[in-house]
Amino acid sequence: MGKPSFVYVTYIRASAEKVWSALTSPEFTPKTWFGTHHETDWKAGSPWRLVFPDGRVADSGEIIEIDRPRRLVLRWRNEWKPEIKAEGWSRCTIEIEPAADDAVKLTVTHQLEGDGTKFIEAVSGGWPRILSNVKSLLETGELVLKEKKS
Amino acid sequence: MDLVFKALADPSRRDLLDRLRANNGQTLGQLCERLDMTRQAVSKHLGLLEEANLVATVKRGREKLHYLNPVPIHEIGERWIGKFESHRLRALSDMKRALEAGEE
Repeated sequence: MGKPSFVYVTYIRASAEKVWSALTSPEFTPKTWFGTHHETDWKAGSPWRLVFPDGRVADSGEIIEIDRPRRLVLRWRNEWKPEIKAEGWSRCTIEIEPAADDAVKLTVTHQLEGDGTKFIEAVSGGWPRILSNVKSLLETGELVLKEKKS
Repeated sequence: MDLVFKALADPSRRDLLDRLRANNGQTLGQLCERLDMTRQAVSKHLGLLEEANLVATVKRGREKLHYLNPVPIHEIGERWIGKFESHRLRALSDMKRALEAGEE
């Protein structure tokens, strides 16, 4: 596979466990991922799905690697927009590392296995908002963006 | 946030961010091509951009790839732009871009 299409980094004043939980737990996920929730048992090799509140599947894939609360690698495909789904599989890596001053460094990289631009365009708009939501939820207890824009 | 504004205050550093936006994931060598700056100067600018978290790097083999990290700029936007203003602002900047492009 080639190089990542994008690399997003944010520093959050919270423990790695809290950041992990904000990204994955059923309690926090709808708040940080615009209402969607994960459906998976969080084991390597298991299927993974991101599901809208009405039950439609937004994205699907597989857990490739999981090392709570440090590293999560997902094989990921869009399911609800045919032109994006057509671009096929991508790989998303989420890493949480200790940083200075009781903070952690959260890095998200995403790369498409094949060619295409629509998938990367779609996720590159979404990730900064998810990262901002996680940061503000954990640092201030408030959410900046409660709902997904069109 | 001080670091972000300081990093953005320099035209050469904004130019480097523009280059990464056009072609993300470049090495120092690639970024130095077609630039009137020494490799050392580019490296120093990249260091400041990385310190401000505007550039993120990943290692691939022996290469270090540089990526534009828009998260701090997104946070600045969120601090001063209200949720319902963003559509109007986008319409305004689309209009500006369309009108100014016509004059070139």
